[in-house]
Amino acid sequence: MIRYASRRLLAAIPLLFVVPLLVFALIELAPGDPAVVLAGDEPTPERVEAIREELNLNAPVLVRYAMWVGDVLRGDLGTSFLSDQTVIELLTRRMATTMSLVLVAMIFAVVLGATLALVATLRSGGIVDRFVNGLASIAIAIPGFWFGLVLASVFAVGLQMFPAFGYQPLADGFWPWLSHLVLPGIALGLLPAAEVTLQLRSALGQVMKSDYVLNAEAKGLSRSSVVFKHSLKNACIPVVTVLGFRVAEVLAGSVTIEMIYNMPGLGRTAIEAVQGRDIPVLLGFVLFSTTVVVLVNLIVDISYGYFNPKVRS
Amino acid sequence: MSANQTPSAPAPGNDSGLAEVPAAAIGTGEPEPVAAPGILKSIVRRPATIAAGVFLLVLTFIAIFAPALAPYDPDVQNLLLRLRPPNAEHWLGTDDYGRDVLSRLIFGARVSLWAALQAAAVALVLGLPLGMIAGYRGGWVDAILTRIMDALMSAPSLVLAITIVAVLGAGITNAMLAIGLVMAPRFFRVARAGTMDVRHETYIEASIALGCSTLRIAVRHVLPNVLPPIILVISVSLGTAVAAEASLSFLGLGVQAPAASWGSMLSTASSNMRLAPYLVWPPGVMIFLAVLAFTYVGDGVRRALVRTRSGN
Amino acid sequence: MARETAPAGTRTDATGGTADLLRVENLSVEFPSPSGGWQTTVQDVSFSLKPGGSMALVGESGSGKTVTSIAVMGLTGATGGRIASGRIVFDGVDLTAGTQKQWRDLRGPGMGMIFQQPIRSLNPAYTVGDQIAESVRKHLGMNRKQARARAVEMLDMVQIPRAAQRIDDYPHAFSGGMCQRVMIAMVMACNPRLLIADEPTTALDVTVQERILELLRDLQEQTGVALLFVSHDLAVVAELCRDVVVMYAGEVAENAPSEQLFFHPRHPYTSGLIGSIPKPGLSTDRRLRAIPGGIPAPGAWPHGCRFSSRCEFAVPGRCDVAHPGLVRLDGAAEHHARCVRAAELSLDGVTV
Repeated sequence: MIRYASRRLLAAIPLLFVVPLLVFALIELAPGDPAVVLAGDEPTPERVEAIREELNLNAPVLVRYAMWVGDVLRGDLGTSFLSDQTVIELLTRRMATTMSLVLVAMIFAVVLGATLALVATLRSGGIVDRFVNGLASIAIAIPGFWFGLVLASVFAVGLQMFPAFGYQPLADGFWPWLSHLVLPGIALGLLPAAEVTLQLRSALGQVMKSDYVLNAEAKGLSRSSVVFKHSLKNACIPVVTVLGFRVAEVLAGSVTIEMIYNMPGLGRTAIEAVQGRDIPVLLGFVLFSTTVVVLVNLIVDISYGYFNPKVRS
Repeated sequence: MSANQTPSAPAPGNDSGLAEVPAAAIGTGEPEPVAAPGILKSIVRRPATIAAGVFLLVLTFIAIFAPALAPYDPDVQNLLLRLRPPNAEHWLGTDDYGRDVLSRLIFGARVSLWAALQAAAVALVLGLPLGMIAGYRGGWVDAILTRIMDALMSAPSLVLAITIVAVLGAGITNAMLAIGLVMAPRFFRVARAGTMDVRHETYIEASIALGCSTLRIAVRHVLPNVLPPIILVISVSLGTAVAAEASLSFLGLGVQAPAASWGSMLSTASSNMRLAPYLVWPPGVMIFLAVLAFTYVGDGVRRALVRTRSGN
Repeated sequence: MARETAPAGTRTDATGGTADLLRVENLSVEFPSPSGGWQTTVQDVSFSLKPGGSMALVGESGSGKTVTSIAVMGLTGATGGRIASGRIVFDGVDLTAGTQKQWRDLRGPGMGMIFQQPIRSLNPAYTVGDQIAESVRKHLGMNRKQARARAVEMLDMVQIPRAAQRIDDYPHAFSGGMCQRVMIAMVMACNPRLLIADEPTTALDVTVQERILELLRDLQEQTGVALLFVSHDLAVVAELCRDVVVMYAGEVAENAPSEQLFFHPRHPYTSGLIGSIPKPGLSTDRRLRAIPGGIPAPGAWPHGCRFSSRCEFAVPGRCDVAHPGLVRLDGAAEHHARCVRAAELSLDGVTV
């Protein structure tokens, strides 16, 4: 298993560097002197020179790219144009916020999605089932950041049930931390929740028709054992697959949610970097995001071994 | 699964669900190209698809005739009438510069739909030919192109789009270029799969033997097989693009002031949430409905494809 | 639904003798039809089984034999259907009048079932030991350790080599025949009084089939469990069961003790089934007889005798006018046939 995992990981590493290559190519292809373009609206000569220096713009694009890859492999992601911090410092400082947000969103998605799917399955074909299905199919079209705005407007600004904006580190206590994450977490988790609901409901529907579930019934097991033990584990496989894909989008969605809720996370960092054309920070952000996605996919693959023993052997 | 993603653009996950269905269906199906009229007839049988289609037509109509339909000039400021809630003169109220929200919503439809079309066109122009080349040539060309597209799909789409905008500079055209680039792999995969299906069919081998040019074979024999699933990807991508444009414009990376798009209107709503909570609703509902409509049309196309396939 | 001439199972046992373990009385089962409404797939089926007895439900696929056996287990609802009328009496208790819970509690210690597709009937996500143990923990109240020991014991009993190790394997590590042994072990672990075997060897290799049948026969002798054996294969039934119920198009066509049925079939369908048994050693001049045509689907049942369209003895004006009842035949003990010409025909049975 470990050998399998590490082989998968090694195979994924080249993948991480394709997107940055694209960024380098775009910088090269962009009209005008990239350094001047990147320096923003009113470039000072010093800044243009600094950018030229930082990006090695005097060297050919492939050389620049190779140097960047070399630096990354040595653990050096460069220094921000905007501040004197290294990119690694900047990212690690802001990572906790985003990871907390993504975590809360995913937990919300799984708990709500699984509950709705189970309730719908137990009431198969009934009004509840159809309602849950309809709700989830509609929820899938709701733009998450708009939902975030609505939640903030209604529950934070209107009803004042939750703090509207900002973030408290976990170190300041669990409840302050959580209370700042409830609304953004729900907003971010809505889409994956709807997808978990639909996927799990349909997978459970399939599994409940299987011979082994009929056999479980024939053994006189309790209803809960039939549903929770014999159906759920097998129905989880497609759900885990979808969740794996979804993590990437949740991570991307955190950018807008962090802007709405004024949270000092990676997304906000990225937007600040875009506004300041802070390419090293952006490259770092892209690299980080892709790494997370690759790792999550790896975890998904490994989890198949738990859900489907056939994979193990 | 579908065209919407939170604030995000195309998802790898999305694709593997929707875009691959027709590709797979094609794989098991007959080599003959699907007749378009059959698909249309099949779509027409589904009321949800029709409703969605009608909604999109109306939206297009509104976008085209926005200047005639909008009660006010969307960009004219009236600082005396700032942040007025909905009333008789301004049905949806006014924003922080005293601009009429309804008029901006109507003109926003123009921006949003046009942007979505641009993005889908970019994705189509990039993905379709590259996919057909990869599927037709195979070998190392296929290997390299597929690797690149897979890598594009594995990065979170909005993150990628943001990065591209950062390099190219903010603005609606650049933003749509970015979204189009990010969506291109969907088209690539479907085109590649469709091409590989027919690559070794007798009628194509025969055309090669007859000395037809590759371009001619591609257009006459391969394209008809690739096109039906591509239609599905287009409708799904338009929904994705509407949502993605809204996200980018919300972040200030898309449409630039004073022009209105639904996303930039939500940005206004976000900064005036305390004083004018009513601003949150109109643009959001429009984005939601548009995405939902594209999803339903896509779903109708998908069902029609499956049915036409199984009907053969 | 009018009760027809009393079939074998419906006699009351007030006169003494052994009480029936299972009595199915006038059972009708329905499933939702694609065009809306409910479609009868099993109609007015009756039979009974003594403790320790063995009975076969025989018919082609589509005859309703599996639906009947599923109904006995109380799983009709789980398969999407419903019992429209009739009673299922187990050990003197009318289960159709009781609660779902009552029936559920009987599954396991009272009755157990093995299925046609053993590989698909075992949950791929759990070890076989776990799946055997969960039954005995639920029904016999054993703790984890006892249940595990019981699982090993049962795997031993169904002759799975190295039972103590194999118990921790997942179903995919077993062959079809071995999976069926596991299924039998799982069902027998709770000491049921009735074992329903639905085509237990159909999906298996011919060589394996024989060993599974042997195992079932041995188990029946050792434990005294009553066997309800569902099969399309009369040859298999002949070796295993004392009584036979032949089903056709959702109803009983003929029932009788095995010997009686095999040597003196009174329904042309039964005779046809017997004729289609391949016999080794017979020369080609006694060719295999196949019954032409197929079973009419539920909803397409003809007005008269349901077999008449395929029957070589069918007489227009007699066989296709009215639905024949199940008639008790003279002379023979407990022999019933649903054929208007039963008394006048002389049909081929097994020839020695």
